[in-house]
Amino acid sequence: MHFFKHFLQQRRSLRRLTFYFAAIALVCLAFADIVISTRSPGHELWLMAKGLVTPRIEDSHQWLDAVIYTLTFSLQGVILAAGLGFVLSIFYHLAWVRVLGACLRSVHEVFWALIFIQIFGISTLAGVLAILLPFGGTIAKVYGEQLEESDPSPARALLPGGGTSISHFFYTRLPLAFHAMRNYTAYRMECAIRSSVVLGFIGLPTLGFHLETALRTGDYSSASALLLTLLALVYSLRFWFKAKWLWILVPAAFIARPLSAQWSAANLGQFLWDCVPGPIRQDWPLEKTLRWLLWLGEQIASGVWNTALLAQIVLVLTGIFALLGSTLNSSHFVAGMARSTGDGFLLILRSLPEYLLNFIGLIVLGPSMLPAIIAMTLHNGAIIGHLLGGHSDEIEPAAIPSGPLCRFAYYYVPTLYQRFLAYCFYRWEIIIRETAMLGILGIPTLGFYIDSAFEFLRFDVALILIAVSAGMTLSADYISRKLRHQFLKPDLRPAHGSQIQMAPLTFRNP
Amino acid sequence: MRYLTALLALLVSTSGFAVDTQRPQFTFTAIPDQNEAELVRRFGQVADYLSEQLKVDVEYIPVKSYPAAITAFRNNQVQLAWFGGLSGVQARRAVPGSEAIAQGYEDQFFKSYFIAHKSTGIEAGDGLPQAVAGRTFTFGSKGSTSGRLMPEFYIREAFGEAPEEVFSRVGFSGDHSRTVALVQSGAFEVGAVNYAVWEKAVANGDVDADQVSVIWTTPEYADYQWTVRGDIDQQFGAGFKEKLTRALLAIDDKAILDSFPRSRFVSADNDVYRAIEQTAQAIGLLDDF
Repeated sequence: MHFFKHFLQQRRSLRRLTFYFAAIALVCLAFADIVISTRSPGHELWLMAKGLVTPRIEDSHQWLDAVIYTLTFSLQGVILAAGLGFVLSIFYHLAWVRVLGACLRSVHEVFWALIFIQIFGISTLAGVLAILLPFGGTIAKVYGEQLEESDPSPARALLPGGGTSISHFFYTRLPLAFHAMRNYTAYRMECAIRSSVVLGFIGLPTLGFHLETALRTGDYSSASALLLTLLALVYSLRFWFKAKWLWILVPAAFIARPLSAQWSAANLGQFLWDCVPGPIRQDWPLEKTLRWLLWLGEQIASGVWNTALLAQIVLVLTGIFALLGSTLNSSHFVAGMARSTGDGFLLILRSLPEYLLNFIGLIVLGPSMLPAIIAMTLHNGAIIGHLLGGHSDEIEPAAIPSGPLCRFAYYYVPTLYQRFLAYCFYRWEIIIRETAMLGILGIPTLGFYIDSAFEFLRFDVALILIAVSAGMTLSADYISRKLRHQFLKPDLRPAHGSQIQMAPLTFRNP
Repeated sequence: MRYLTALLALLVSTSGFAVDTQRPQFTFTAIPDQNEAELVRRFGQVADYLSEQLKVDVEYIPVKSYPAAITAFRNNQVQLAWFGGLSGVQARRAVPGSEAIAQGYEDQFFKSYFIAHKSTGIEAGDGLPQAVAGRTFTFGSKGSTSGRLMPEFYIREAFGEAPEEVFSRVGFSGDHSRTVALVQSGAFEVGAVNYAVWEKAVANGDVDADQVSVIWTTPEYADYQWTVRGDIDQQFGAGFKEKLTRALLAIDDKAILDSFPRSRFVSADNDVYRAIEQTAQAIGLLDDF
C-alpha cells in the first residue's frame, strides 16, 4: 500500500514512466494476434541449415554487380544526404526547416523508393533519392542538435551581440561540432548499406534483389553467400570508410554508377494525375465515393491499429533485450575475446535484414505477429545494446565488488537507465516506421495496405496511406520529445541530446 | 594508392547503363513468377530470337514485381510483355489500344491446385472440400492469376463468402514456391498454387508427399499471354506488330519452348481474357467500388 502511495506521488519518476510503457505493451499484447501454429518445420529448417554452411555464388559477375550497386547506392546516398542535412542543419533554428526534416525522415526508404520507381523507373536515381531524402532528414536533425549543443562562447566572444554570417558559422560553430558530425556520418554509412540492401527487395539491383529471390525460391546456399557478403561489407566499413579516402571513393562511386533515370514528362504527369484521389479524378457519383471512403477508412483503421499494437510491444521488448544484450559489449561484464565475440554477435543481429528473420520465424512459428515481433526486437535491441554497452565504458566500475547479477541489477541498470531511456525514445519513431514497412511482408500493418495499393496501381490510395504512416511517425517523435523534456536529465534532452545519436563508438574496434 | 587506382579501374570497367539514344530500343519484360536466373536465361533466348527475326535490337529487362512490369509497360519502358492473366488485364486497361497477341498452347487450359498439409486430414474431392473452412490459408502473390484471382473466385463460388470469412487466417506468400514451402512446413494448412510450378517441384523432388498433397483442381481458365502496346507501329514502323506476332507464333526452337515450358504459341486476343477481367471486377481487384 505504501509502495503504491509513494509510486503515485512520484510525478517525474522514471519508474512510473517505465511502468506506463510496460503496461501499454501488456495491453497491446492481449490484443495482438499471437499464435504458434507449427507442424513440420523440420524439412525447411534443415534446408536452411544446409544452405547456411554451403554458401555458393552462382554467377560471380552478377554478384559483383550487386555488390557495386549496394556500395554506390549507399555511398552516393549518404554523401548527398550529408550535404542536404548539413545545409538544413545550418537553418535548424527555423521551425519550418525542422518540420521539413521531420517529414523527410518520417517516410521509410522503401516507401520513398516505391514512389520514385514509379517516376524514374528502376534506376540509380530512384535508389539514391530513396536513401537521400530520409537520411537527409535524419542527418539534419542530428547535425542540427550537434551544432546547438556546441559551446556558444567562441561565437559570443567574437560578436557579443550574436551574429549569423557564413564565415562566423564556419569559424566559430562548425569546428566545435565537426568531430561528432563526422562520427555520425560514418554510422549512417552502415545504415545506408543495410537500407540499400532492403531496397533490393522491391526491385533495385542491389544484394537484396538476389537475396529476396534466393529466399523466395528456397535457394538457401545463394542466400547464405549473399548474407555473408552483406555482413562482410558492414564489418569492413571501419577499415575503408575514412574521411581521407572519400575524395577517391565518392568520385569512383559516381563514375562507376552515374546517376541515371528513365523518365519523361509524360510519365511524371501520368503519375501525378494518378495520385489525385480517385473520386475527384474520375468524378465518381456520391454513392461510389462513399463506398470508396469506407473501404479506405477500414484500411487506415486496421493499419494504424496493428502498427501501433506491434510497435508498442516491440518497443518494450527491444528495451529488455537491449539491456541484457548490452552486457555483451560492456567492459563491466566481458573483456578481450569474449567482448569481441559478443559485439560481433550484436553486429550480426543488427545487420540481418528483418525480412530474413521474419521469414525464418514464419516457417518455425507459423503466421501471426510473433515472427515480426521477434525480428524487430532482435534487430533494434542489438543496435541499442551495442550503443549502450559502448557507453557503459565511460562509467566507473562499481565501487563494491559483487557478482555479475547484483552488479547488473543494482549498479549497471540504475546508472545507465537515463541513457537507456534516451536511446529507446530515439528509437521509438524508427520502430514505428519499420513496423509500418514490415507490412509489405504480410502482417496487416500500414505497409500491407500500401503494398496492395501499389500492386493494383492505386497510387492515390498508396499516397494517402503513406501520409498516415508518416503522421504516426511524427506523433511518436513529438511525444518522445515531450517525454524526454519532462523526464530525462538536461544533457539527455532533445536540444542537447545529440550524443545519444551520434554513436561515436560504433567504429571503434572492440 | 595503387590498389585504389586498380579498384577505380575495375569499377569503371564493369559499369553498365550504356544507353543507345539514337533510335528507339525494342524492350520487353515478363512478370517475375520464377527464379530470376531462370527468367534471364529463358528471355535472353527469346531476345536473341526476336532480334534475328525482326532485325532490330531486342532487349529483355527483368523486373522484381508484377506492378513493376505493368508500370514499365505503361511508361513505354517496354513495348512487349509476357503477362499473367490478371496483370495482362491491368496492363491493357492502363494502356488503351494495347493487345494480347499470343499465348502458350497450355495457357488456354490453365488451372490452379489447392494443396493441404497432411495433418488437416482433408481428402481430395471433386469439388473444393468443405473441410477447408476455418483453416489457415495462403494465396501466392497478391496480383497473381493462378495464385490469387482464380482460387479466390472458386472459394467465393463454393462458400458464397470472401476468403477472410471462410478461413481463420488468410496470407499472401508472395510466390508459388513459397506457398508450397509454407504449406509443407505446416505454417499454413491450405494453399493455392499454379499447377505448373507444383508439378515441377514434384518432379524435382522438392515436395514431401507425406506432408502435403493436392486436394482439389480448379476448372480450366486462360492465363499467360504476350501483350503489346497499341502504339508499337508508330514507334517501329508500320507492320511491326504483324511481324512481331508472326515471329512469336513461329517459335519452334525446342530450347526456348522447353524453358517456358510451352509446346508452342497460339494466337490470342483481348476477348480471351474477358472472363478474367470480369472475375477481377467482381472481387474488387480493379477500380470498382
